[in-house]
Amino acid sequence: MRLPLLLLSTLLTVLSCNPCNHGALAQGLELILPEGFKAFDTPNDSGETISLTWKVSPSESTDIDYIIYLSPSTDGPWQEAVRFRSDTHYKSDAPELFGFRKKLRNSHFLRIEPRRYFPGKENKKAVYYFKLAMARGEEVVPQGEVVSARAKGNWFDLSKLNNLIIMVSFSGIVLFFIAHARRFPHLFVRRISGLDAVDEALGRATEMGRPALFVHGLTGMGSISTMAAVNILGRIARKVAEYDTILKVVNNDPIVLSVSQEVVKESYLEAGRPDAYNQDNVVLVASEQFPYVVAVGGIMTRERTAANFFVGFFYAESLILAETGAATGAIQVAATDSYTQLPFFITTCDYTLMGEELYAASAYLSREPMLLGSLRAQDLGKAIIILVLFFGTILASFGIEFITQVFRAF
Amino acid sequence: MTFLKRGVPLGIAFLMGVLMAFQYYVPHEHSKAFLELMTRWDKIIAGFAVFIGAYSLFHLHYTRIKRRAAGWGYSFFVFVGAFVTIAFGLYNGGEAFWHDKKEGTMFDWIYMNIQVPAGATIFSILAFFMASAAYRTFRARTVESTVLLVAAIIVMLGRVPVGALISQYIPVAADWIMGVPNLAAKRGILLGVSLGAIATSIKIIFGVERQYLGGGD
Repeated sequence: MRLPLLLLSTLLTVLSCNPCNHGALAQGLELILPEGFKAFDTPNDSGETISLTWKVSPSESTDIDYIIYLSPSTDGPWQEAVRFRSDTHYKSDAPELFGFRKKLRNSHFLRIEPRRYFPGKENKKAVYYFKLAMARGEEVVPQGEVVSARAKGNWFDLSKLNNLIIMVSFSGIVLFFIAHARRFPHLFVRRISGLDAVDEALGRATEMGRPALFVHGLTGMGSISTMAAVNILGRIARKVAEYDTILKVVNNDPIVLSVSQEVVKESYLEAGRPDAYNQDNVVLVASEQFPYVVAVGGIMTRERTAANFFVGFFYAESLILAETGAATGAIQVAATDSYTQLPFFITTCDYTLMGEELYAASAYLSREPMLLGSLRAQDLGKAIIILVLFFGTILASFGIEFITQVFRAF
Repeated sequence: MTFLKRGVPLGIAFLMGVLMAFQYYVPHEHSKAFLELMTRWDKIIAGFAVFIGAYSLFHLHYTRIKRRAAGWGYSFFVFVGAFVTIAFGLYNGGEAFWHDKKEGTMFDWIYMNIQVPAGATIFSILAFFMASAAYRTFRARTVESTVLLVAAIIVMLGRVPVGALISQYIPVAADWIMGVPNLAAKRGILLGVSLGAIATSIKIIFGVERQYLGGGD
């Protein structure tokens, strides 16, 4: 009889211990302050921030906060800079600074911009002082230790070292193959049917006595796809001049217009047909997206262009342009690295150069050995990436994250 | 002359290319200031280039009107539209154009009530073009187009409530198609694009590719 009564009383005691009562119990416990509070200039930044680290305390819980106090001098006045829950902000949140070790969860990390707290008194050489405290509601227990640091700008971002190594290595491979192609000019390059079709399209335009149309994408001269488009334009313009047909080039950016005019003019000059160049055939038709679409669509339908080339980076206008061109019966070649628009071009154009083929086009059309050499480098780069992906997948399947971490971008 | 026409632009391209490439790795405030300076130069050049663009546009339409080219009547609208918009832009709601732009002026009204709806109208046409392109493409002539057709039907059904009503597996299959084969192909294209972009940049920086200067060599 005593045993059931004992069990019942134990159960009632346990049930009466709700979370509020836990909090009340915790109120009575003394907070154990953390150790190893340090301040240092944040590496890899422009000199705006100071980093603070300290070890985790056994007292941490969801109702306990950390407070960071900040002052421009060791004697104060102290200002509360940040208050946050004690079970947040770990070193493991910043792998770009501390790496990927599992022990990083044993230390806290906070990045702070001290100058932001003293507007109008920003001094780049100032030393800032920090104090740490633990808080439970209104109760604040200071840690007592004062640490200091000065924010300094860094000349190299070490977190981007992996990126730099890959960039320098791949650039070296490109330059090696360019030099190699100079010595051994007979390189084999696989056929790209979309580029073989350029001659066919221009031949058709010549036979039909109708113009060819070159449509630039929407990005400006700062975009590498526009640079590639301009390179292709030069090659096409030269062939057009040789075939003695008309090339119309439409632009939406004034700088791209200026470059395109110069490129087409020089190509006509090289082909020995400077007289055939007409500046009114290389024009800016509109600077906004949809007015550009309307203007180009109008040119296609009015002038019945026989060949349309869509080259560069496109957005939503791609399908409207290509579908209008298809409706006029023109032979169409698209080249874009905008992967979201590729399906539209594939469905509406006769030939589509996908992604990297846009960048290979200039070399392919010119057949210059030095330019073709870079294509070899791209192929080697792809082979290396495939190998890394293959071994990375195998290692990741066995829980080894090494390759993923090495290639992580920050 | 060759030096001025080729050597100087190639030298500038090399210097700026290398500086801008390494700027990415230097977080120092001087590096940031350099980037800001270059961005400002870019904006100034773009500002002047607007005049070249405007000249090109007006010259083209002037010539079209002069030669009575097909559809030359539309060219009048270019001049009317440009004149009215520029006039209200300069008028700036009663304050002259050298003051800050005033809100709620006739210039804004033209933009909000003519430019924006006209743009939206053209954008809405996309739906019809999409339907016609899909009709032409989704004919199961080959194995590839059949795969495309089946995948497209699953994804389209998986994105609308009726797909889940037909079968609870359709949205799951649609998510799998988008998340596995589609994403893998997209990443493959992106990797190729990145390598191509780096190779093209190297060729331009080192003067191997000179087509953008006009002419080949």
